[in-house]
Amino acid sequence: MTEDIKTRMIKVYIMGREYEVPEGLTIMKAMEYAGYRFIRGAGCRAGFCGACGTIFRKKDEYKFRTALACQTPAEDGMYLTELPFVPANKAEYELEELTSEPSIIVSLYPEIARCVSCNTCTKACPQDLQVMDYIQASLRGDINQAAELSFDCLQCGLCAARCPADIVHYHVGQLARRVYGKYVLPRSQHLKERNDEIKAGAFDQEMEKLTAMGLEQLKKLYTERDIEK
Amino acid sequence: MKIPYYPGCTLKTTAKPFEDTTKAVSEVLGIELLEMPRWNCCGTVYSLASDDLMHQLAPIRNLIRVQDMGYDRVTTLCSMCYNTLEQANQLVKGDPEKLEKMNSFMDQEKDYTGGVTVVHYLTLLKEMGFDSLPVKNPLKGLTVVPYYGCLLLRPEEISIDNPERPTIMAELLAALGATVVDHPYKLECCGSYHTVDYKEVVCEKTYHILSSARKRGAEAVVLSCPLCEFNLDFRQKDLEQELAPMPILYFSQLLAVSLGLFDALGFDQHYVDPEPLLKEKGLLR
Ligand code: FES
Repeated sequence: MTEDIKTRMIKVYIMGREYEVPEGLTIMKAMEYAGYRFIRGAGCRAGFCGACGTIFRKKDEYKFRTALACQTPAEDGMYLTELPFVPANKAEYELEELTSEPSIIVSLYPEIARCVSCNTCTKACPQDLQVMDYIQASLRGDINQAAELSFDCLQCGLCAARCPADIVHYHVGQLARRVYGKYVLPRSQHLKERNDEIKAGAFDQEMEKLTAMGLEQLKKLYTERDIEK
Repeated sequence: MKIPYYPGCTLKTTAKPFEDTTKAVSEVLGIELLEMPRWNCCGTVYSLASDDLMHQLAPIRNLIRVQDMGYDRVTTLCSMCYNTLEQANQLVKGDPEKLEKMNSFMDQEKDYTGGVTVVHYLTLLKEMGFDSLPVKNPLKGLTVVPYYGCLLLRPEEISIDNPERPTIMAELLAALGATVVDHPYKLECCGSYHTVDYKEVVCEKTYHILSSARKRGAEAVVLSCPLCEFNLDFRQKDLEQELAPMPILYFSQLLAVSLGLFDALGFDQHYVDPEPLLKEKGLLR
């Protein structure tokens, strides 16, 4: 005999209005269950794209919280809203024309000098990055550290939305990583060699052979290929 | 001796020679500088607004990091960092209410207990005894003036020496074998951040300080502040008056020379190159 397992329902408040939604949904799904459709503010639904940064409050708690809507379970009594986009100042630059000198970041984003180390950005980060530390590293010209500390940034923009000094951390981190990748990390030699080989036509014959093959033949070739262990 | 070391932003860029020479010297003297793994800007200028705690977060957060390292002292080189860190420290030590408010704001850190002391590197050296420095290459024949500026000595509560008649740098330089002359402008402000918007103010100060040092027979000026260094050194290029170039040195650079450590002097980062002078005195190898 099977018994109906009743889903427990919870109450959430979306933009102030009460809704009943099943327990166990993410904030994003809870809002969809309530009838909202995300045209912006949603993307991969897997915690990778950073499109779904959101703000909320929990029941009986003074804290203003931030999270990725697709990764955070809705809880009973939560106050939810939708945050489709974070408007932010973005410096224009040609990466080719930059250098890795210590003042490069502060020259493009001078507002980082307004950081008073309040750490609000770090508290806001759904990735648990040391956001304030990478802004401080950028300020003192430590591009390597800024790039490393911001490496897992998804560009959700919650840090910038919360910053009392109007800093756009996620763009600053992106600039640090770009400069680091282009001017600090050593060039990969094997990539250059392979490119040269391709240009010299080393794989042309093989390519022609492959494109001339039928689907079945290709499948067979694929399943029987040597796999590096 | 092991002690946490707070570098500060300029020590990693424009004042690199100050840090490099201090590190080299510390190794010889057995001072193990434990560079703080996490630190933020000190706050740059101590905020005098008594109700604005936001600007005290930066210095206090650094002191929490020292506390996290399990130490109750931290040393620093830059006069500005020393001043800001220790002034904020004294503020919260004397005002538990403010400290409590800041601790509750920084709710993701351990509470600051007020148990850390900021010690300027010059003070550390003095504690060890200037006379015990293993000088190999005495600065014979070199006449210098120490320049303290404001930040090591004012306000009195954080002064590393007598705020009106400091002698700490003079004692150090004398122990290194230099001839030290006194100088009426050793406490004069260099013009500080006016250098950004009112260059002429700083030029006037620089001329004042350096021409008087020159009259007293000084061949170089010795200091402990990256901003004073910039103003007294680099502003020489903007002076309207005639002035023979005056080398400006960090005390740690002369300390390194006197201990025979010549590898990281960083003279190429100065506007007035001190090398010819030191060579002429036979102090460089
Ligand atoms: S939708 Fe991509 S991270 Fe949430």
